[in-house]
Amino acid sequence: MSAITLPRRETYLNANYGILSWLLTTDHKRIAVMYLVSITLMFILGGAAATMMRIELFTPASDLVDAATYNKLFTMHGIIMVFFFLVPVIPAILGNFLLPLMIGARDLAFPRLNLLSWYIYLLGAGVTLWALISGGVDTGWTFYTPYSTATPTEVITATIGVFIVGFSSILTGLNFIVTTHKLRAPGLTWFRLPIFVWSLYATSLIFVLATPVLAITLILVAVERLFHIGIFDPTLGGDPLLYQHLFWFYSHPAVYIMILPSMGVVSEIIAAFAHTRLFGYKFVAFASIAIAVLGFLVWGHHMFVSGMSLHAALMFSILSYMVAIPSAIKVFNWTATLYKGSISYDTPMLYALGFIGLFTIGGLTGLYLAALAVDVHVTDTYFVVAHFHYIMVGGAIMGYFGGLHYWWPKITGRMYSEKWGRVAAILIFIGFNATFFPQFILGFEGMPRRYAAYPPEYQFLNILSSLGAVLLGVGYILPALYLLPSLWFGKAAGANPWNATGLEWTTASPPPPNNFDKIPIVTTGPYQYPGKKETIG
Amino acid sequence: MAESAAHLDMQFENTAQQHDTRIFGMWVFLATELMLFGGMFTIYTVYRAFYPNAFAEGSRHLDLTLGSINTAVLIVSSLFMALAVHTARTSARRLPLALCLSATVGLGILFLGIKGYEYYLHYLNGEVPVLNWTYAGAQAGQVQLFFWLYFAMTGVHALHLFIGIGLVSLLTLLALLGRYKPDSYTPVEMTGLYWHFVDIIWIFLLPLLYLIAK
Ligand SMILES: [Cu+2]
Repeated sequence: MSAITLPRRETYLNANYGILSWLLTTDHKRIAVMYLVSITLMFILGGAAATMMRIELFTPASDLVDAATYNKLFTMHGIIMVFFFLVPVIPAILGNFLLPLMIGARDLAFPRLNLLSWYIYLLGAGVTLWALISGGVDTGWTFYTPYSTATPTEVITATIGVFIVGFSSILTGLNFIVTTHKLRAPGLTWFRLPIFVWSLYATSLIFVLATPVLAITLILVAVERLFHIGIFDPTLGGDPLLYQHLFWFYSHPAVYIMILPSMGVVSEIIAAFAHTRLFGYKFVAFASIAIAVLGFLVWGHHMFVSGMSLHAALMFSILSYMVAIPSAIKVFNWTATLYKGSISYDTPMLYALGFIGLFTIGGLTGLYLAALAVDVHVTDTYFVVAHFHYIMVGGAIMGYFGGLHYWWPKITGRMYSEKWGRVAAILIFIGFNATFFPQFILGFEGMPRRYAAYPPEYQFLNILSSLGAVLLGVGYILPALYLLPSLWFGKAAGANPWNATGLEWTTASPPPPNNFDKIPIVTTGPYQYPGKKETIG
Repeated sequence: MAESAAHLDMQFENTAQQHDTRIFGMWVFLATELMLFGGMFTIYTVYRAFYPNAFAEGSRHLDLTLGSINTAVLIVSSLFMALAVHTARTSARRLPLALCLSATVGLGILFLGIKGYEYYLHYLNGEVPVLNWTYAGAQAGQVQLFFWLYFAMTGVHALHLFIGIGLVSLLTLLALLGRYKPDSYTPVEMTGLYWHFVDIIWIFLLPLLYLIAK
């Protein structure tokens, strides 16, 4: 087979060559590609830790690794996946690439800050990995005090790494907010913006407002360890509950950092492959903002058993229920869109449909956990583990993979193998459910999380879960095997392979260095698809 | 375009848009900064509610005179910063702008000097946790927590001021080189916003730390 060459035309990929033209670039598209590479590497590392855990859990005894190593494994898995994969994955890769294209701009508002954010990401990743390799951390990704101020493991280095990477998120969020406000093409009013832009905007608000609180909190943990000053450690006069409040003030909204961009991606894909106007556009747009705002008010639901007052717990419980409203609005609008459309089941659409299914299960089980009485029963069991993996993995990663496949032709100018794309999407969906559904049952039967060993009666479901993880792993490896070859052998995609609306599809694939030969003038709203009958919404 | 016109980056249509965008960017950055200090203000509030007497006791060990002088110094520095922005916006003359900016720098350094002197006094009095802590009165642990928060909050504030002094010094140099004109003074205004923010943080720190001793 010989490589297919595209007709010569200046694109962001061939505008100049050499490693320095990448490392010093300020082009948002190149920075997105560099993020794609580095975040994928982190995903592999986090996945490796998870693989070790699933192998260990194959048998009831802790035989492959001892308990201390197991603690370090799940900490490594959590820290890498949360802070270095799930949080940045869609904003830093797809958002970076697409935001200027979607709003008809030539770049982000602050291109150099954008490059800086990538270097900060690398530095944070380097420091954190150093901590994980040089001795490991056994606190879990939450760094709960007072354990984190007492354990002999490398907590200080790890918190500094997470502190650093936070600034990469802050800069990205700042850049997105300012860009969306100031660089929209003529005629592109707020209510003509694609939903993906709305959700990036909501995500950026959380980046900018929540991340600094985590940053200062983690620094204080490091300082407390260094100098033995009682901020959070009760033996020194501090209050460990205060740590939890501050930590979850960031880390609950962080869940919406992961899920909101995914919802944005899914909205784009569903409209494109149902070939119809997105039903209830304004509701979906405002639901993003509502989720971001409510997300700041529900952190206490992580602390129902930590000893907070019953009144506070009741308030947090009610507020957590309220988050279900905008989330359900989105799901209903997507289903209404599907109902009105004529659907084609291309790879991105399979991921989007998978997202709706998994997110709905994850969201509904979240309501179980928001209920005080049930939460006390299943706190720190595999029920919680399954719940947040349905949201964070089932939700965020399905959205990311859907988006990666949807915009791959735009990013690379090439089409991938549609057949293998569908196989991988279906494999991931089945593998995911096989891995995590048994964990709901395990949790309800009382198996606690974070243990290397467990009573033998839990073995059957654990084997099921580990076998599911094998399928899931294969599903995650497959895209590398057909996406990478597509760079050389894929069909030329053309500007708009999906017949989708949106400014990003009006420019060439891959786009020229300055995105548009001429800045577009926008005269209509988003999602002007023909629809099955007359358009609605 | 005239030679003096500001450099226009390729993502902008015109210099007005470029200016607005950058100023807005600074506002968003300050929102982030506010949340950073907000975390510390929260911790302060919680512990002050827990240990009101220890915090009042700790506060009695701070020098209100020096704190007040420093407040005045910082407010006057903000005045000069505001004058600098006004000057840059309305005239192309180098010297008045450079003078306003260097006055800002001078007052900023004076503030840090006085603050450093205060730290030194605390050190002599054995009121610095970790380095030299000899306080042995009632609720010693809680008073230490107060001092710890005092050093953390004023320290992070001083760090911000230090960065501000660096930025304004750079502006002074560039102003002398004639870099800022009424059509290209964005960096002066951005730095001005930052400077005022650091000033306002201090305005909150003063009562929280110095004025709570009843
Ligand atoms: Cu939560």
